Amino acid sequence: MTFSPQLEERLQNMLAKYPEGRKRSAVVPMLIYAQDEVGSVTPELIEEVARRCEVAPLQVDEVVGYYSMLRRKPMGKYHVQVCTNISCQLVGGEELFEHARKKLGIGHKQVTADGQFSLEEVECMGACSWAPAVEINYDFHHFVTPEKLDQLIDGLRSRGGKGADS
Amino acid sequence: MPKQLYNQPSPLETKLVSKRFGLDNSESLDTYLAHDGFKAFLKAREMTPEQIIEEVKVSSLRGRGGAGFPTGLKWSFVPRTSPKPKYIVVNADESEPGTCKDRLLMEYDPHQLIEGILIAALAMDSHKGYIYIRGEYRYLIERMDRAIAEAYSKGYLGKNVAGTGFQFDLYTHSGAGAYECGEETALLDSLEGKRGIPRMKPPFPAVAGVWACPTLLNNVETFSAVPAIIRDGGRAFADLGTPKNGGTRLVCISGHVNKPGVYELPLGFNMLQAIYEVAGGIPGGKKLKAVVPGGSSCPLLKAEECDIPMDYDTLAKAGSMLGSGGMVVMDETTDMVKVALRIMRFYAHESCGWCIPCREGTTWLRKILQRFVDGGGRREDVSLLGELSKNMLGRTFCALGDAAAMPTISIVDKFAEDFERRLPQGVAAA
Repeated sequence: MTFSPQLEERLQNMLAKYPEGRKRSAVVPMLIYAQDEVGSVTPELIEEVARRCEVAPLQVDEVVGYYSMLRRKPMGKYHVQVCTNISCQLVGGEELFEHARKKLGIGHKQVTADGQFSLEEVECMGACSWAPAVEINYDFHHFVTPEKLDQLIDGLRSRGGKGADS
Repeated sequence: MPKQLYNQPSPLETKLVSKRFGLDNSESLDTYLAHDGFKAFLKAREMTPEQIIEEVKVSSLRGRGGAGFPTGLKWSFVPRTSPKPKYIVVNADESEPGTCKDRLLMEYDPHQLIEGILIAALAMDSHKGYIYIRGEYRYLIERMDRAIAEAYSKGYLGKNVAGTGFQFDLYTHSGAGAYECGEETALLDSLEGKRGIPRMKPPFPAVAGVWACPTLLNNVETFSAVPAIIRDGGRAFADLGTPKNGGTRLVCISGHVNKPGVYELPLGFNMLQAIYEVAGGIPGGKKLKAVVPGGSSCPLLKAEECDIPMDYDTLAKAGSMLGSGGMVVMDETTDMVKVALRIMRFYAHESCGWCIPCREGTTWLRKILQRFVDGGGRREDVSLLGELSKNMLGRTFCALGDAAAMPTISIVDKFAEDFERRLPQGVAAA
């Protein structure tokens, strides 16, 4: 597989972090960073990571189901993750997740028809003192109200085809 | 530009580990050096490994990740000499519900963490370390990568750390979503590129950790406290807290309080004072009902049990734990059955499935609690919940099984009336 020059450089650097003969350690970091570019952990990506880390494809395949952020199917361009764990639950996290469902018209781990948004009810992501919290892709949003979530989603929607990082 | 902090500091805080939070460019090495940075490392370089470890022992620092194990003692378990290389591993997998402090330590003061790691490396004679950061904290992986690159470029990592001839290489390692990997042996398996399944102990990581090499593993906050301990002396740190509970810690207050936030408080600080004075009390003047003292794995305390000093030993005597510093406050309107269900949904989701009591126990507890919330609860379910939970205790490789059982046992024992209220009418009257 060919990756962007930036990702290629990152993957090369990853392999250099670990001692001689310990390339397997790069499996999970490689998968998560490559998934961001590829969209999901595809069979080709599993083969590629296995080749680079000098392990059997099965040894890569078996970790995919374990780590909740790794996925075999692509999510939306904007992956909206709403925490409902206790600190968030106490201050409206569950209601916020319900609001997001209605707003986006999709359920847990589903993607909108246009592929722009996906939704996930997630476990604690370390924003407890600034709850309820939402993470969209890798951006944290704190003290999120239904109104604030609407603004966030509408803002991203109006960006349309522009890149997630633009 | 002064940094926008997540929450306003409280005048009741004792700022030691968080003293640079909010400084201009607090994440830069220059700011760090201008505010006591690397004084401790240079001092430690003149000490023997035994002296460094002794100073940490004197400080009464205990692990800030959750278990509260004495740090100096843990350091002393790593063999002095080893034919294999020794590694330092930082647990930055912060995932215990209620806990959000390691984030701030990496975001605002990454060089304090690096210096703490370097001092540990001197004491262990280790030359390589990894910071295992949960995948959701991508911006912090980038933040630490930038700090590490800056430290290399200015000679504070690499072949000749701070001109002392000591060599140390430091790297970040990204997780990808797994609470279980906060458990130290599961973290090591994850760092080796596998599923994060806990290991049988012994051998302990100090003897056979990552790649079967001696490994020192501590939480971000634990390492971050080390520079202050070496700089000002272990005694000064110990004196901030209570006997055997040295120093300060970052307490993450969340839930029903007016001013939720992360506050640095000395060990032994009164819990009610933390809730009412530091965190501004409960919104709407409502009454306190329950507190999770240190992350969702800890048995809950009822309001009348909360007038206690927050230190490891007092919390243990109260039948709970100080844990990871994640303090969740619940007011009188809180439905404890819903809380119990949410906690159990979490553990059922995160159980790796390796140990049957945990895998099956969390699944069945979740189902029974869900039935209760859905209005199908039975009177005998209450005792079944307690019995099932108690049968999980101590029967798993790692603490996840206990972590799921303990809050459930406490909720069933202490808030039986909440279950009673949720029984269908006919059952309740019977």
